[in-house]
Amino acid sequence: MSGPSTATAPAEARPIRLRTTTGGRRRPRPPTRDSGWWALLFLLPAAAGLVIFEIWPTFQTIYFSFTSWGAFGGHVWSGLENYRTLIADSDIVHAIVNTAIISVISLLAVPLSAIVAALLSLPGMRGVTVYRTLYFLPVVTLPAAVALTWKYLFNGDYGLINWLLSKIGVNGPHWLSDPATAIFAISIVGVWGSIGYNMVIFLSGIRGIPTDYYEAAELDGAGRLAQFFHITVPLLTPSIFFVTVITVINSLQAFDLIYLMVGQQSPAIERTETLVYLFYQRGFAEHDGGYAAAIGVLLLLATLILTAAQFRLQRRWVHYG
Amino acid sequence: MAESMQAPVRHRRRFRPKHPIAHLVLCVGAVFMVGPFLWQLSTSLQSFGESVSVPPTFLPHSPQWSNVTTVFGALPFGRELVNTTVMTIARTVGQVLFSALAGFAFARMQFRGRGVLFAVFLSVTMVPYQVFLLPQYQIMQKLGLLNTLVALFLPGMFSAFGTFLMRQFFRQLPIEIEEAARIDGANILQIFWRIMLPMAAPGMIALGVLVIIWSWNDLLWPLVVNSDPRQMPVSAGLASLQGQYTTNFPVLMAGSLLASLPVIIVFVVFQRHLMSGIAFSGVKG
Repeated sequence: MSGPSTATAPAEARPIRLRTTTGGRRRPRPPTRDSGWWALLFLLPAAAGLVIFEIWPTFQTIYFSFTSWGAFGGHVWSGLENYRTLIADSDIVHAIVNTAIISVISLLAVPLSAIVAALLSLPGMRGVTVYRTLYFLPVVTLPAAVALTWKYLFNGDYGLINWLLSKIGVNGPHWLSDPATAIFAISIVGVWGSIGYNMVIFLSGIRGIPTDYYEAAELDGAGRLAQFFHITVPLLTPSIFFVTVITVINSLQAFDLIYLMVGQQSPAIERTETLVYLFYQRGFAEHDGGYAAAIGVLLLLATLILTAAQFRLQRRWVHYG
Repeated sequence: MAESMQAPVRHRRRFRPKHPIAHLVLCVGAVFMVGPFLWQLSTSLQSFGESVSVPPTFLPHSPQWSNVTTVFGALPFGRELVNTTVMTIARTVGQVLFSALAGFAFARMQFRGRGVLFAVFLSVTMVPYQVFLLPQYQIMQKLGLLNTLVALFLPGMFSAFGTFLMRQFFRQLPIEIEEAARIDGANILQIFWRIMLPMAAPGMIALGVLVIIWSWNDLLWPLVVNSDPRQMPVSAGLASLQGQYTTNFPVLMAGSLLASLPVIIVFVVFQRHLMSGIAFSGVKG
């Protein structure tokens, strides 16, 4: 790693020779053409790793979902048995409903982070880096640390949140052990933790909008708010789309906060457990690998269907400049 | 950058900040974002009595530094921090190196089946990682690697997303430099190692910081593959600490703070690279 100096030196030294060799042709051909064996060598580590640890396992999981696992790890073909159980399993229904609730609430993060990004993009705005750092902090923090801190804040007896609520005369519940409130408490932490990430994507999206549009709008007498709704929002729709897809996919995979903040002993677990939580429970706590694999396939299908649906819907509202 | 470019246009003294309302909104938001961390910090220095008192204690009367030693005594906490560090470094080095190699091949080499292979890589990024989990666990079991450090990092060294990100970075680099080097007699390895790799350094750092953060914070895989506390990373270790110290929040907060500090430092130091990596994956995803 000898730094960029080695990179630029040969380029500066050779411009003339470069031209003479390509002289006859209209376009220089890609220099690393016909490099089949080299390409194989370059691709080998990543491709082998992906085949062994991700691609083949995906097919294995699909296969496992049609088997039942004995106590000693043997798979026995059981056809649609796991899927029949899946359809009749009330826990799965809960998990789907809970996952859907978390997904819908998590979408709150999209407009919130868009507003933060828009404010940070105002012309002449100061302290952008400081704000960006503060808003991004939850994204990088260890989930266990986040979960424990919020668990303390949400504590029904001596948590800060209920103390603040008591100041305005509200008697707060035991947020995380009350089945009626636990999922909302968890979703709020999820929103809190994802605003920073979305904000960064929105910031770069806004930065990509040509400033002439705003100048022209200003000449036409459009105010800040009109500019936001008529220029920023429409031109930001590709970013809004991307963030929405990511948010939904991430909330489909919600696990960490539920495992860490609620846990299996809580009376609220039935009202908060998600598909991935159930997958972990069945597969690794109860060692029912075949059934867990069926849940995995369900998760895969849900991800593909939702992503496809969003791509279909994007034609209605996403503008590509 | 932006501020220095605007400075010569308007020579105005900036005693009053522009956009007071925007600042007000952003500050209120910032309190929500940072509040829990300040609360964590304050609680980590409180006595147990203070932490469960109503009204809550905002500033500890006499800082209880012993909470930190309690954390290290309650768990193999130091060992877990080392495990996390090893896991993170191995995953990061692996992902950055292998992604750079494959990304370069996709961006700059011509070979048969490139389009198909790239489509395969891209479709892997769509699969939720829980779908791999059971077979990955079995691989580790068959290799006899359960409850080892190797199990923590081995599958995490390969990434379709990383390959995609590196390909995007390599595609941006000017082709003329590569051509000149080739005419100069450099072979592909030299072009890659001595010329393209140093030029792609910002991309590699961006990917590296992303991997560091994901790896440091990863919970589900360690939970599945390592049940021995001495081989756990701190992400899973803190969860088990929670079981032992159900309501001793000062100790839990001290542990939380210590465990998240290294990754927060990485974030603050490499902020610019991290942001560009996220923006890159977002805008051109």
